[in-house]
Amino acid sequence: MSEQGINVQKVAKLARLQLTQDEAARYADQLGNVLKYVDMLGQVETSNVEPLAHPHEVTNVLRDDERKESLPRDAALSNAPKTDGKYFLVPPILDTDA
Amino acid sequence: MQYEVVVGLEVHVQLLTKSKIFCGCANKFNPDNPNTQTCPVCLGLPGSLPVLNAEAFRLSCITAMALNCEIARFTKWDRKQYYYPDLPKGYQISQYDLPFSEHGWIEAQVEDGPVRKIRILRAHLEEDAGKNIHDESGRGGDSKVDLNRAGTPLLEIVSQPDIRSAAEAKACLEELHLLLTFLGVSDCNMQEGSLRCDANVNLHIQTESGDKVATPIVEIKNLNTFRGVEAAIEVEVKRQLEEFKKTGRKLGDPGVEKETRGWDAERNTTFAQRGKEEAADYRYFPDPDLVPVVVSEEQLTEWRTFVCESPSRRRRRFQEAGLSAYDAEVIVNQGREFADYYERVADAIGDAKQAANWATQDVLRTLNDKQQTIDDFALSSDVLAALLKRIVDGDITVKSGRELFAALIEEADDGQAAAASRIDELIEERGLKVVNDTGALDAAIDAALAESPQAVEDFRNGKQQAVGAVIGKVMKSLKGADPKQVRERIIEKLSG
Ligand SMILES: [Zn+2]
Repeated sequence: MSEQGINVQKVAKLARLQLTQDEAARYADQLGNVLKYVDMLGQVETSNVEPLAHPHEVTNVLRDDERKESLPRDAALSNAPKTDGKYFLVPPILDTDA
Repeated sequence: MQYEVVVGLEVHVQLLTKSKIFCGCANKFNPDNPNTQTCPVCLGLPGSLPVLNAEAFRLSCITAMALNCEIARFTKWDRKQYYYPDLPKGYQISQYDLPFSEHGWIEAQVEDGPVRKIRILRAHLEEDAGKNIHDESGRGGDSKVDLNRAGTPLLEIVSQPDIRSAAEAKACLEELHLLLTFLGVSDCNMQEGSLRCDANVNLHIQTESGDKVATPIVEIKNLNTFRGVEAAIEVEVKRQLEEFKKTGRKLGDPGVEKETRGWDAERNTTFAQRGKEEAADYRYFPDPDLVPVVVSEEQLTEWRTFVCESPSRRRRRFQEAGLSAYDAEVIVNQGREFADYYERVADAIGDAKQAANWATQDVLRTLNDKQQTIDDFALSSDVLAALLKRIVDGDITVKSGRELFAALIEEADDGQAAAASRIDELIEERGLKVVNDTGALDAAIDAALAESPQAVEDFRNGKQQAVGAVIGKVMKSLKGADPKQVRERIIEKLSG
């Protein structure tokens, strides 16, 4: 935990990143600066400001329930590192018994 | 050791829309053609923009209203971040702090026990993930991912921990399932995963020293049958009790976190799964791609017209009309179409009990025999009502009614559609009209007596039962006669 309050290793784990100690220290510094910058917002008087759910004032953008053409399977799979022509293939998931 | 079982359910319901929640891909169960229902939006490709399906939102609101929830006038979309291969964007679009509905309830009843209100904490709308298929060979082969399901509109209904037994959890899920089918918002096909249930379970224990403690909360994942819900909770209650006796570990102890367990139906046991990332680890934040939804008073009014009478209210109304609790339950639990059918017949003949007898016995038996639903049933409610009306009016006996019922179905099987007009013809053809004409009755009895000298002699010698053969003869020639009346008249004649 750095003095700015970032647990870099935890954040890295959530992002599925493996960091060396050097990298962890460097990112702790950099992310700390980002946080410090954002913290400036804390100085603004907001007690009379409604919480904002979205930066736009727009609401209710909806579409009718209509089907559109989907991608051909080949196209859908074309960016995948590994496929069998039908499925995306990923390294074995050990979830259920881990 | 005294303890109370405490259960809350989280139920995921796939909604019956044509297209997915944020894109135009087909919302269709299609495991035989993997990855044929995807597009840049549901694949999570950069630069694509999700747009909310209005019908998914409407079905959600109707369901929440039927669950007695308040509908939020302002609701928004959040990103729930986690990594899993079936989640192409690395986050799920869901709702966090401003769900579209909260604070409802549903009723659940275990057999003859009291009807209990189970509170609904919230219902929110989100997107379903894709499907992973693991290599089962044990050789550690790749997992396969099918994204056809990714982006299916999913309604998550979260109950308060108000459920007090495994049986009540099952009853609650069954009631919810029935309500959803009444509303027609989901096909509720549990085998295809349209309705999935997780259960949060723990025990409130009164220790011998009089302290009240709670065991750590366990979430049992993916309970996809009614029986599974009940069995898994029963087993988990026993396990937690044993565990508590052994370790004394309780909720709130340092290091005690919510645990996730799976359910193994074959081995009848729950098993530990990977520790769930804490809620804060999902790093929810508002989705900048989707704007909030504001619901107007007019919309609420319009949607309310689609909220049908709930199954529990309908059972109550049927009982008020004179049905037993049992009959009301049998009829309502067959589904909305069946209950509607029964009600049309009952209204038309003005005799709820008679209509219920036929619906729960003759009609249901026929449907079971033929593996049909009420929609395919040969006799429309008009035809059955016309038939039963003749019984209620005393034109034919119940027994004759059964004969006509069978005849109409047989004719329908042979391609002659059952019509009300055919009933009168059949009554005529088969001589089923109740005979109130004593002249005709007397003539038939006299004829029968003349044909049965032995029976007459036996009767005069004190053998009461000998009269049965004579009754049989009379009934054969006058099907519409009332057997009781025939018996009385014969005895009168022979004794006179
Ligand atoms: Zn799509």
